[in-house]
Parts: sequence; C-alpha cells; structure tokens
Amino acid sequence: MSVAVPHRMHRPTPLDKRASFNGIGRISALLKSALAKWVALALLASIAPAVAGEHAVVRNCTWCHGTSAQGYTVAPRLAGQRPLYLEREIRNFRDHIRDNPFSRQYMWGAVAALDPGAVRELAAYFATIPPRPANDGDWGLSARGRSIYMEGIPEANVAACYACHGPRAEGIREIPRLGGLSSSYLKARLEQWGQGYHATPGSPMPIVARSLARDEIEALTSYLSFIR
Amino acid sequence: MKALGLALPVVMLTATLLAVNGHAQDVVRAERGGFEAKLEYCKTCHGLSAQGYRGWFPMPRLAGQQPQYLENQLRAFIERRRTNPVMANVAHALNPSVVSALAGHFRNLDPRPIGGAPRQSLAIGRRIYEEGIPEANVPACSACHGTEGHGQNEIPRLAGQLYEYTVGQLTGWAKVRGQGSAVDTSAIMAPTAHNLTRSQVEAVAAYVSNLP
Repeated sequence: MSVAVPHRMHRPTPLDKRASFNGIGRISALLKSALAKWVALALLASIAPAVAGEHAVVRNCTWCHGTSAQGYTVAPRLAGQRPLYLEREIRNFRDHIRDNPFSRQYMWGAVAALDPGAVRELAAYFATIPPRPANDGDWGLSARGRSIYMEGIPEANVAACYACHGPRAEGIREIPRLGGLSSSYLKARLEQWGQGYHATPGSPMPIVARSLARDEIEALTSYLSFIR
Repeated sequence: MKALGLALPVVMLTATLLAVNGHAQDVVRAERGGFEAKLEYCKTCHGLSAQGYRGWFPMPRLAGQQPQYLENQLRAFIERRRTNPVMANVAHALNPSVVSALAGHFRNLDPRPIGGAPRQSLAIGRRIYEEGIPEANVPACSACHGTEGHGQNEIPRLAGQLYEYTVGQLTGWAKVRGQGSAVDTSAIMAPTAHNLTRSQVEAVAAYVSNLP
C-alpha cells in the first residue's frame, strides 16, 4: 500500500469563465454564416427524434441531475459514477432502503417502473460520461479535508476514507466515486447517516458519519468537491 | 471591598466551569479511546462482523484470529517493521489494555468466510496447503498453520481469510514485512513466499479462504 500522490485539484479562477465566454463568442460568430446555420438545423433535425426516442429515460434523470448528469442543487452528479454503485442505489430506492426525505419524495417513484435491464443500461451509460468537479466547497478547508481523507482521525475513531474509496477518491466496484461530488450533497449524506437514514445493509458509513464532527464534515466535503 | 465581593464569585464560577469542562473532555477521551469505541473503529474497515471487507484495499478478516498475532502486528505497524500508513496511524491511537481486549474479542468471533475466491484451482491449493511443494522448498502450510488453518500463538489463522488479502501479502511479503529489523517473526515466511509462483499463491489463497 502506498500513500498517494497529491490529487489533481482545480481551483476555479476568473480566467475559466472568460475562456468559456470566448468559446461561446466563437461559436455564435460561426453560426452567423448562413451556411453554418443551415448545417446546424439539418443536423438538429436528423438527430432530435433519435435522441428523444432512445434517451427518454435518460432525459427523465437529467431533468433533476443536470445537463450531462453533472448534478444540480440537491440531485447528485451521476456522470462518471461507478456503475455497480448506481445499480445498487437504484435497488435501494426501489426497496425503500435509502429513505431520506428527497429519496422518498422523488427517487422512490422515479425508479419504481425500471426493469433490471434498464437499470443496468442507465448505470453503464452514466458511468461513461466524463465527470466534472463541483468546486463548491471552501478552498481554505481543503488541506484539513485532505488529511482526514488520507489519514482519518485515529483518536476520534474516524477511518481513513481512502482505504475504501481509493487514493484519488475514484471508488471501486459498488463503492462510490466521491471526488468532485458537490460539497452540499456529500454533507447532506453524512449528516443523514448520522441521523439514522438510509444505511445499506453491511455499510460502515453510519459509523463513520457518527464519528465525524460538523467542522470535520465541512473540511472533508470541501476537499472532495475540488478533486478532478 | 465591593469589587472584591464581586470578583470572588466570578473567580469561583470560572474555576467550576473549567473543572466541569475538563472533566467532560476526559470522559469523551475515555469513551473515544475505550474498548467499545475502538471495536467499532476496527469494524469500520474490517467488516461489521470482522469478517473482512473489500474496499479499495482488501481489509483482512480479524474474526477468529490468534490474539498474539494481532498484538504482534499492531506493534509491527507502530515500529514500522510492517509498512502500512493507514494501520500505523490506527495502531498509534490504541492503548495496550484496549489492544489485549480487542484481540481477545476477535478471537471469539466466528462469522462465515466472506467467499468470492476463484474456484478453479482449489484442489491444487489444497495439495500445496497439506503437502507443500518439496521440489520448490515450500513446506506444507499445515505444518505451522494447522490442518484446519486456525494458526497458533504468533502464527496467524488463515481459515476464511480474504482471497485478495492473502494473495497481496504473499506476493509482497519482503517489501512490507520485516522492515529494518532482524527480530521479526515474519522472516520465517520470507523464503516460502519467495518460492511460490503467482499461480501457486492464488491457488493456496483460494483454498484457505473457504476454510471455516
């Protein structure tokens, strides 16, 4: 076992925003030419029905989980998530094991009609979308968060997260990728475990959540939100 | 006089508060360092019944393990004779009386083996376990670890151990164990681990993982 390697972390800068504005500017300049407009319309006309037909189920997910499933407010990012984890969570919603308020309100109904084949396909599809980091944590806390992730807090009986979730927080098998998930989502999950919600049978997460103090959760989830 | 009359109760109140606060912190510290809390801490990674757990790394089964072996390994982590950054931190935060209590507790746990090993070379594994490989200088595992794989004293139990864990230990033996010290019982295993091929390691690891 080797201790990793600083994670690649991305600190958002004003430059990023400028770059994407420039990109949009370039594209709109292109579209101004009549030819490009015609090509774009023709492309859209040929693709649109196929997308609507094939991906109606996917679209039902992305209404809440955001464009290209990158997550939106309380709905977590699905892009790049471990497919076995996604399948297990869908089963947990179906069997009413994952039972926090938003799960009851939205996810129990949303997955009720999915057959096992559709579950596998959805999970495999979302797993292939490249994930982008949420970057919504407090940058100043991320060094403390990294030390909790890598070393745990032995005197407070908090196990090192990396022993299960991997040196780059990428997850493995049914253990989820945490790197780049939004800080607010991760915080809510940890707090809800502490309150007794949604424990997958055999999962150690309720124990971990109970051992973490509020400021430790803040630091840990901040760190994770910046991992690419 | 008036000022003193006011100052005295304030000082006394402050002293009382400090004492209460200090006492509360001691209690929290004792609870956090106590047997029940540390047992839960172990189970976070090693499985809720100490049966072992497949995380990013394979976390070994502790259930039914020999207490002396567990205590030796925890000391080896602290003294860096066995390289493992996670367990070094964990072992540092355990006091000796809790270590003995934990080791005694795990000794008496008996969950079913976690399973999940490949099944195609169980017969080869069994032969290696019971007879060794004389032409490769590999002694029979059963000679030390017992015919049922339960170990004895400082020799660990292998029965029911996670397949991936045993494979990882045997293939990385000399890089992880017995670091910087001649007085480490792990030296006994070094030649045997070295003389086993990868596929022989896999066969024997699969065999012991199924032993009850």
